[in-house]
Amino acid sequence: MLADKHRETIEAILAKYPPAQRRSAVMPLLHLAQQERGHVAPEDLEEIAALLGISPTQVGSLVGFYSLYYDRPGGKYRLQICTDLPCALRGAQAFAQALCDRLGIEIGGTTADGLISVEAVMCLAACDRAPVFQVQDPNGLHYHEDQTVDSALQFVEALRKGIGRG
Amino acid sequence: MAEHVVLRHREIPGLERLEVYLEHGGFEAWRRAVTKTTPQEVIEEVKASGLRGRGGAGFPTGVKWSFLTPNVFPRYVVANADESEPGTFKDREILERNPFQFLEGVAICAYAAQAEVAYVYLRGEFWDVAQEMDGHLASLRERGLLGKGLFGTDYNLAVHTHLGAGAYICGEETALLESLEGKLGQPRLRPPFPAAEGLYGKPTVINNVETLANLPPILARGAAWYRTMGTEKSPGTKVFSLSGKVVRPGNYELALGTTFRELIFSHGGGIPDGRKAKGILPAGASSVILPADERILDTPMDYEAVQAAGSALGSASVIVLDETTDLAWVAMKTSRFFKHESCGKCTPCREGTYWMLHLAERVERGEARLEDIDLLDTVARQIQGKCLCALGEFSTMPVVSAIASFRADFASRVADGR
Repeated sequence: MLADKHRETIEAILAKYPPAQRRSAVMPLLHLAQQERGHVAPEDLEEIAALLGISPTQVGSLVGFYSLYYDRPGGKYRLQICTDLPCALRGAQAFAQALCDRLGIEIGGTTADGLISVEAVMCLAACDRAPVFQVQDPNGLHYHEDQTVDSALQFVEALRKGIGRG
Repeated sequence: MAEHVVLRHREIPGLERLEVYLEHGGFEAWRRAVTKTTPQEVIEEVKASGLRGRGGAGFPTGVKWSFLTPNVFPRYVVANADESEPGTFKDREILERNPFQFLEGVAICAYAAQAEVAYVYLRGEFWDVAQEMDGHLASLRERGLLGKGLFGTDYNLAVHTHLGAGAYICGEETALLESLEGKLGQPRLRPPFPAAEGLYGKPTVINNVETLANLPPILARGAAWYRTMGTEKSPGTKVFSLSGKVVRPGNYELALGTTFRELIFSHGGGIPDGRKAKGILPAGASSVILPADERILDTPMDYEAVQAAGSALGSASVIVLDETTDLAWVAMKTSRFFKHESCGKCTPCREGTYWMLHLAERVERGEARLEDIDLLDTVARQIQGKCLCALGEFSTMPVVSAIASFRADFASRVADGR
């Protein structure tokens, strides 16, 4: 249960919104749930719905709507490479493909050790520093800019050895 | 080159720290606004400056504030930090490098609107920015620059961050409000406009990050000073995000009315490997694509001139295409973006972006017939004028303009397939 482990965090989140508008807390609570297990599980929907007085279906619809929420497990670290127009003009598509080839996965796939998923995503607001990816992991989201295939592979190696963080 | 009004951190190292910001006059405009002026006087000064919304629409900021329904409280202010337009990365630099000027702007806007609660809605990807901003807000409360009974008056202000979760549509202000209320980020039918019924049905002002960051200097130095930069109808500076096929991509804060040529060649270092510019998207993926001919290169980048040239300045996210860029591929890339980001509420946008992408990919793969180019154009035009918000309209602009101005790029793909 989120409430057992994160009582103070949940109270701080709820305090941001007017008492009659608890539903506003649904997105931060979904982020909290996802940090805990890497995706949002059915029991999270139930718990968040109960906390806010809305239905689990209403909470679940947000998981489907917003790109950063996942309803199923993936790699512990999700590498999300922007391949939108400005980044693609600076080689991001080729970068994404080359990185996946070296990792032995398809774009959208997860490495055999379950550590890394690589996805192609929409604009990350870092167009001048392409190729760029963000890493979504239990610690949140962090940007990695001006990348090469080698720098990205070094980063992945560090994660594998447990010495890097997203 | 105009001085930096918003990107002042470029000259002042450490400006992202509160002590340094305070040493450089930080929060003096805020203090003076609350202690010495009425909200109406702040609105009048911002109106006089001619500041226009920097998020894309270019609507006069002070005028927008004056639409708030009188005598209805509580009111809310929401800072739109959902920067998601492909090619736009200016707000992120402001939030990371000059965050206190932005927060002072939020505070000034809240006072002008007589709101006692403000939210900063950040795109979910700005996770680290939000963490830092929570720390900044705590420092401001400790120093008595936010909180209750500010500067000995009876005015209170609380500012909170709120993280989105990956949805371009939430940059549209009514979709942003829905999202902030904990719902799907889908636009509302307008009217009522947010100034009448916004967050939680209350009068609400929503302004872009760059717009808000302009407020402290405007109040500190006056509307007349602000109008010494830019043009008569587009006063001030603008942060231009330059990307694509240029030597030095990045943010450049320049006077409104600077030409594309100066931005791309003087500041951006021109096109790599001595190639020629082919096309320009002045407003990110949501642009009518302009051919990069001499006339366009000499066009001043202000709201009026770019519109007169057939496109729009929008958020001033200038994406440069060179002679090696295939415009059929560009149309496929922008269609892919809008198909992914369509919220699904309006059928013409939801279905239309799907079919545009389907056709654009067929062209891209060299499997299209010549008629498919016209079909792509027709599908795009059928979306126009039929959607609640601008996303559907935006999705058609690069496609229709690419076909109109660069038809050969599409036709050669068709020939390839035969």
